[in-house]
Amino acid sequence: MTSAPHRFAPIQRLLHWLMAVCILVMLFVGVGMVSTVAPKYLPLIEIHKTLGLALLFLVLIRLALRLRFGAPPLPADLPPAVKLGARLSHLLLYGFMMIMPLLGLGMLWAAAYPVVLYGGIQVTALLPQSDGVHTLLWNAHVYLGLALFALVLLHLAAALFHALIRRDGVFATISPLPQRERMKPAE
Amino acid sequence: MKPPGRLPRSSLGSLILIATVIGCSAAAFAYTAGWLSPGRLTPDRMIAALTPPSGPPLGHRRNHAKGICFAGTFEANGNGVELSRAKVFAQGRYPVLGRFNLGTADPSAVDATVRVRGIGLQISAADGEEWRMALINPPVFAVATPDAFHDLLVAAGKKDPEAMKAFSHANPEFAAFAAWAKAAPWTASYAEEPYNSLNSFVFTNAKGDEHAVRWSLVPTAAPVPVAQADLEKLGPDFLEQDITARVQSAPQRWTMVTIVADPGDPTADPSRPWPENRRKVQVGTLVVERIEAERDGPCRDINFDPTVLPQGVRVSDDPFPAARSSVYRRSYDLRAAEARDYPRTEAAEP
Repeated sequence: MTSAPHRFAPIQRLLHWLMAVCILVMLFVGVGMVSTVAPKYLPLIEIHKTLGLALLFLVLIRLALRLRFGAPPLPADLPPAVKLGARLSHLLLYGFMMIMPLLGLGMLWAAAYPVVLYGGIQVTALLPQSDGVHTLLWNAHVYLGLALFALVLLHLAAALFHALIRRDGVFATISPLPQRERMKPAE
Repeated sequence: MKPPGRLPRSSLGSLILIATVIGCSAAAFAYTAGWLSPGRLTPDRMIAALTPPSGPPLGHRRNHAKGICFAGTFEANGNGVELSRAKVFAQGRYPVLGRFNLGTADPSAVDATVRVRGIGLQISAADGEEWRMALINPPVFAVATPDAFHDLLVAAGKKDPEAMKAFSHANPEFAAFAAWAKAAPWTASYAEEPYNSLNSFVFTNAKGDEHAVRWSLVPTAAPVPVAQADLEKLGPDFLEQDITARVQSAPQRWTMVTIVADPGDPTADPSRPWPENRRKVQVGTLVVERIEAERDGPCRDINFDPTVLPQGVRVSDDPFPAARSSVYRRSYDLRAAEARDYPRTEAAEP
């Protein structure tokens, strides 16, 4: 490639913000539903299952777009340790987005719960009932879910740090707002 | 491009802003998770109230812990189609997996000491769609709300007799259940008990008409009243021995009767019975054909969650099915993780 993109493609930005909202909803619904016995428990579970499966499809599209379009380079003046941290945290975020819905589905299958989504859509079980597998996947889903929330907070803090303090254009690469064309070195 | 290492003047304000955003997000998350609300009725608190002083029944259900598995058939007569488009109401035979059980947190309770008997069912349609339910033998539920049920467990767990008096005073609906528990005849068999949904659900038929309903499994076997003192002489596990022997000699049957609410009948409160003259529709027969021990039986790892419903059945404004689903799920997670405390083969026991 002769020139790296200076922003993510519009479809990438759209997916990023759509999924960001959905993932926050998933995290809050997740901890909320398991701590209530109120009637809202049932709609919360249904939202969590339906949105979770939708996110699994979205992350596959997102991954394909990332491989197709790539990502804008980080600022050259960013310290190497920070660059490494940025790369690793994004790798982790992709990993979480892929594995969390699979763990959730798997733990339901291993408990022989029918997986019925909003609108009565039934998802065929691909795992046999097993208390050991259920326990393993349940623990992974719960503790990785909490870890994902911590990572999301770190991601948010880093985004705000770039946007408000460093003002180095990193936030603009993913900003949902249309961008004033930045001054180019040649002009 | 800005020179590296130089922060704008407003950077302190920005840092405070960032810290505030992150702090508020974390606090909102903690609040949603109930970590800041020790008074919230969570499934864990309900299970703590169910747990006897001797400790939790490791590897077992946290309530209705003693039980025995069965396999059988639901024979639908087709009458239910008028009320609900649930596939298992179309005339035909549908496989059933189930569990007879006692309303106790002690898996080795003496049968004659447990007042409430129950049945868990899973009926499967041809395409695999499931309907799960858990029914019990009293004609009304003990309390009106899940919160009151928690209060009941806490009061019953106290040694102080004043605690139950105070509870009954605060929850007058408990009187009807207490009267049943005191005066209703006992029987010596799971096969002679009726089992009632108590909770209200909504049936929707193919035309989209909705009816609030409850349902009961009415035994074909005639109930023979036996004094509780005489039951104690039958040994600690007479119910399991009896049902095993009966089913070995012949399948045992219950008629499934749907009770249709009139407008205005209380659907949100399972402690309030509906008038006796409500329309009743016999929708089929439960046939219990084979008994299996729970330890390595097919019902062991099934959660008879009453909100696993087929198309054509949904929850009503009754708050209990959601509460039961939430607590049963937690109970399932716990006992699945404790499977080694309840080995699948008797020989492995110490």
